[in-house]
Amino acid sequence: MTDQLETTISVKGLWKVYGPNPERIVGTEDALLSRADLREKTGCTVAVRDVSFDVSDGEVFVVMGLSGSGKSTLVRCMTRLVEPTAGQIKLEGEDILAANTQRLRELRRTRFSMVFQHFGLLPHRRVIDNVAYGLEINGMSKNDRYARAMEVISLVGLEGNEANYPSELSGGMQQRVGLGRALASNPDVMFFDEPFSALDPLIRRDMQQEVIRLHEEVNKTMVFITHDLAEALKLGDRIAIMRDGALVQVGTPEELVARPVDDYVANFVRDFPKSHILTLRWIAREPTSVDDLSGPILAPDMIVRDAARQVLEAGRPVRVMNGEQLLGVVTSDEILSVIAGGPDD
Amino acid sequence: MTSATLAPEKLATPKTPKSLLGRKNAIVGIGWFILAILLKGRSTLPLNRSSLTSVQESLTNLSDAIDRNRNSNPFFLNVINKIRSSINAFVNLLQDAISQGSATRAVPQIGWLGVVAVIGLAVAVFASARAALLAVVGFVTLGLLGLWQESMDTLALTLAAVVLALLIGIPLGVLAGLYPRFEKLITPILDFAQVMPTFVYLTPVTLFFLIGPASATIVTLIYAIPPALRITTVAIRGVPWSTVEAAVSMGSTRWQALRKVQLPQAKRTIVVGINQTIMAALAMVTIAALIDAPGLGLVVVKALETLDVGRSFKAGLAIVIMAVVLDRSTTAAAERVQKDSMQQQTTAQKFGVASKWIGLLLTLVAIYISNIYLWASQFPGSGILGLKVASIADSSTGWIQLHLVNVTNGITDLFSYGLLNPIQSLLVNAPWYTTAAAIFVIGYLLKGFRLALIVVVCVATILISGLWSDSMVTLASTLVAALITVVLGIVVGTWVGRSLPVDRVLRPILDAGQVMPAFVYLVPFLGLFGATRFTAIMAAVVYASPAAIKLVADGVRGVPESITEAAISAGSNTWQLITKVQLPSARRAIALAINQGLIYVLAMVVVGGLVGAGGLGYLVVAGFSQENLKGKGLAAGVAIVMLGILIDRITQAIADRRDVHAKAVAT
Amino acid sequence: MVRKGAKRTSLVLLIAAASLVLAACGGAKVSSTSSAAASSSTSTPACGTFNLAVNPWVGYEADAAVVAYVAQTKLGCNVVKKNLSEEISWQGFATGEVDAILENWGHADLTKKYITEQKVAQDAGPTGNQGIIGWYVDPWLAQKYPDILDYKNLNKYASMFKTSESGSKGAFLDGDPSYVTNDEAIIKNLGLNFKVVYTGSEAALITAFRNGETQKKPVIGYFYEPQWFLSEVPLKHVALPPYTPGCDADPKTVACDYPPYPLNKVVSTKFATSGSPAYNLVKNFNWTNDDQNEVAKYIAQDKMTDDQAAKKWVDANPDKVAAWLAG
Repeated sequence: MTDQLETTISVKGLWKVYGPNPERIVGTEDALLSRADLREKTGCTVAVRDVSFDVSDGEVFVVMGLSGSGKSTLVRCMTRLVEPTAGQIKLEGEDILAANTQRLRELRRTRFSMVFQHFGLLPHRRVIDNVAYGLEINGMSKNDRYARAMEVISLVGLEGNEANYPSELSGGMQQRVGLGRALASNPDVMFFDEPFSALDPLIRRDMQQEVIRLHEEVNKTMVFITHDLAEALKLGDRIAIMRDGALVQVGTPEELVARPVDDYVANFVRDFPKSHILTLRWIAREPTSVDDLSGPILAPDMIVRDAARQVLEAGRPVRVMNGEQLLGVVTSDEILSVIAGGPDD
Repeated sequence: MTSATLAPEKLATPKTPKSLLGRKNAIVGIGWFILAILLKGRSTLPLNRSSLTSVQESLTNLSDAIDRNRNSNPFFLNVINKIRSSINAFVNLLQDAISQGSATRAVPQIGWLGVVAVIGLAVAVFASARAALLAVVGFVTLGLLGLWQESMDTLALTLAAVVLALLIGIPLGVLAGLYPRFEKLITPILDFAQVMPTFVYLTPVTLFFLIGPASATIVTLIYAIPPALRITTVAIRGVPWSTVEAAVSMGSTRWQALRKVQLPQAKRTIVVGINQTIMAALAMVTIAALIDAPGLGLVVVKALETLDVGRSFKAGLAIVIMAVVLDRSTTAAAERVQKDSMQQQTTAQKFGVASKWIGLLLTLVAIYISNIYLWASQFPGSGILGLKVASIADSSTGWIQLHLVNVTNGITDLFSYGLLNPIQSLLVNAPWYTTAAAIFVIGYLLKGFRLALIVVVCVATILISGLWSDSMVTLASTLVAALITVVLGIVVGTWVGRSLPVDRVLRPILDAGQVMPAFVYLVPFLGLFGATRFTAIMAAVVYASPAAIKLVADGVRGVPESITEAAISAGSNTWQLITKVQLPSARRAIALAINQGLIYVLAMVVVGGLVGAGGLGYLVVAGFSQENLKGKGLAAGVAIVMLGILIDRITQAIADRRDVHAKAVAT
Repeated sequence: MVRKGAKRTSLVLLIAAASLVLAACGGAKVSSTSSAAASSSTSTPACGTFNLAVNPWVGYEADAAVVAYVAQTKLGCNVVKKNLSEEISWQGFATGEVDAILENWGHADLTKKYITEQKVAQDAGPTGNQGIIGWYVDPWLAQKYPDILDYKNLNKYASMFKTSESGSKGAFLDGDPSYVTNDEAIIKNLGLNFKVVYTGSEAALITAFRNGETQKKPVIGYFYEPQWFLSEVPLKHVALPPYTPGCDADPKTVACDYPPYPLNKVVSTKFATSGSPAYNLVKNFNWTNDDQNEVAKYIAQDKMTDDQAAKKWVDANPDKVAAWLAG
């Protein structure tokens, strides 16, 4: 994660401003104004404000925010479906914003792909032709692209549906086509723009599992946009919280839940059962002299919920050990305060 | 695209409440009314029938100059004449095939049997079996009416015009769909082409392209290209952005996105555009007959000379039959496109492939027979059905005229004295500057300077045309006709919209009203209402109200069931349901009906000029037939267009205003 | 099951096709009916194609019917009738699309433009018909109020002619927009209490007179003869101050009747010099108002086709036709 070589995507100082002469805003005092004030003063609206982050190879990076927070614009800037106003985006060291039309098209055809909220499937094409679309426009022969499309179709669980038209499939199945289409060109990076928000909750859960499974199988770098915290926490290796176009906090799920940087993030995570996210590492405390250090040993990566029964039944402090090193102890008090959502944090 | 990407979310910027705006408009109206009465008769800019302004004279001179240079100007020799000869060749090809004999053959290559077979097969393959049956029955009826050759001439001409209109309209429509700037550029031209009365450009077109099929085709093209173009634009715009974005995100080039994503999805709507183009082309058939276009239109025009109601009705009926066949076939084809492109083929459809081959075989046999044998070439019989239809039409119009004339005279007087004369006197006698100022202020209040600027341009053009007074005469009749149209539209439209059986009965009648050439019912109307402005108004109402009724009906039907259910469960009675729920919810459709009603009425201004409406319509007709009034007729045509644009933009602005208001209330 | 059904259907269709072919064998063949125009034009190649303008009124149609019939049957011409307005017919001389106009009503402006200036057309002599333009009333009116036929008495009856279109004055109907009328000026200069109402078409004018007669409604308006409608309702001419040459020179002060129009024929210069026998026919063509009204009646009221009407008249008047064809 910290290794520079493994960084797949690097975004620096990215801005997207809508309105007349947007360039003039960036880097001036106006840029510091709130959205409403800026619009009042200049007629411009900031959709993405000075955003910087890195995504490592194979990581699932989730951008989370409410509607209007700029997250969809952000992901479109990264694929240049929307032209950023200022900033830098590098994909494996290559400056995406410097790419000319042809190079950009090449990048889109081979290096990254996208899954959309409303699927964006072509209604007049069968499933197999939808999946093969990217290969087709890249000039691959019919036999080759159908062979590859069939591989992908089985990968995303659509076997037997390849001759159907999208309108004959359920929403979940349609998004599997969207997934398959994005996977077909074997890209390095996949972008997901709220892909499951239009689906029923049960199907959404299945599709999330599907993404986790696919990630394990193909190990792509993924940038995933969502407004659903549960989804973000479930899928993300790291999560960026976005508000009014700016990143508020970037961190692992535990970091967000345990140490929200401000009330905004805290409000988000308040209702979420922390016991499902936090590991023992986050709640272990320094052993005091009165602690009985003969209790059972548990690993620091264990999630609180899973450790609860053992800790509560131990009747004495449980030691959290990283190998030979004692990180701290956990007692029923710590467990209960997490599960009950105690008055702290 | 999600709302998040369009980041500048529209905050409800505080707007002046509508009631206040309405009050301001009302104040402008009352102010104009008072000034109009106080300053009555001043600065009304009247112009004698035979007097000409210098602008009108120079328009005449311009067309004379073109006339003189036809045979020397290289543009004529190389461009115009080439266009003319290729269009002529194209039309002649079609005529030789289905309607006319040639130098070496007395009869066309394909006789009636072959044509019926080809139509039946084509409709069955591209549309549906039901539509094919209708097409076959319809075409055979054309023969039974004794109008086979005339019908085929009309068909050949219509086909030629439609093919060319699509070749020009669809690519330009795609361009306009892709590039909004291009659309903005051509929209005024399209408006002009659709509102400009055909009579106005009949003479100039024959000046450029001479008498013959080329001129007839081009006159039709001018009218038929706009719908093809506009609907293609709508079709391209209507393709879900998500699919285009997805295609672009995968690295499609512009061309790939157009060809593989946008065009296939726009196909269905484009077929609807083809339907509209065919209807527009057919509507021009009677007008093109005035410059010797052969076919059914010529029968109608010639029958008008002898006031032969039966014969013109017979030919009008043939036009309606052809329109219904072509309309239903293309509509079915559009539905087919939709179904075929989004569903797997069923076994039944696969079975259809086999019968297609057999159908093709049968059709080829039919073509062969109709080429060889006389009975299959010329439609047998002497059109007994046609004579029957004509005599029924004759006797029934005679009966109606005899028995209803007192009633209709009463109605004419009621509307003329009660409504039309006061409005006309007010408009004609008001000083031009008060009227112009009132329209300007209303335009400004509705949509700010942009609309006000359009108002200025239109009013200035009317003033320059020198026909202010005549424009006010026409405006008065137009307003009355539009009022009747809108009332009919709302009453009948609501009825049709609420009841499917009524819809089923009335829809064919409405279709016929839209397609039946006005020349056919002018003579009976003249008998009933005399040569008055009211006859012109009635003709306009017959032409315009089907569109208004259909729009309102679709609007009423489009009101979501959840809304009506909620109203019924709250205990509304039928009247309350209609007035408080269905009509208000169909507000947008009604606004459109008013707008379209006005435009359709205006399209009939020239026809009105033929039956006593006077005003601009008469001037256009006179300009068509009198050498020295050419320029004046042209100026009158331009004035009609300006009135049309004024009416269109202002009614649209009122509709938008209502919408904003309704949304503000809703949120 | 489906396949079997398909087979059966295709069998039925094939049988149908075969029987169609067999049935066809009995009929007459197209090739046995050669084109009349094509065959006769080979016998007299001198005529060739004759482009005849047909202006939109029945009297003209009668002229055209007879001339076309004679040209076709006696001279073997391939006559192409072009249904055109007067203005566009004249334009056709310049473009070479029209060879002849058979009934020209004055048209000083067009004469000047195409004959004097462009020299693409020339006068081909009178048709023998006298065009009379003037003010007319229905016969029942003339019978009931005999003095109405003098313009001096018109004001007496003006209020009777009032309609919704004419305000406080009597309505005077002007019709056909294709002709320049002086009626507005005449009414003003004679101090008549009438207002010109533009009916806009011949059809509207005829309907107005027709209804006037059947419903005994007072109607006065502009009309002309020869016109087929006069044989249905013999309209009565209202006398205006008689025409004297030059009395209509200034359109503002005109206060006299319309001049009589000796109707003439106009041909394109090209046609006149082509040596076509059809040109001689056109030049010699000459008949009376009664002749024209008779053929016009065949067409307008007896609903004959042009050729039927022409044949009937030609068969009954062989001498006149022979005179046209001579020299």
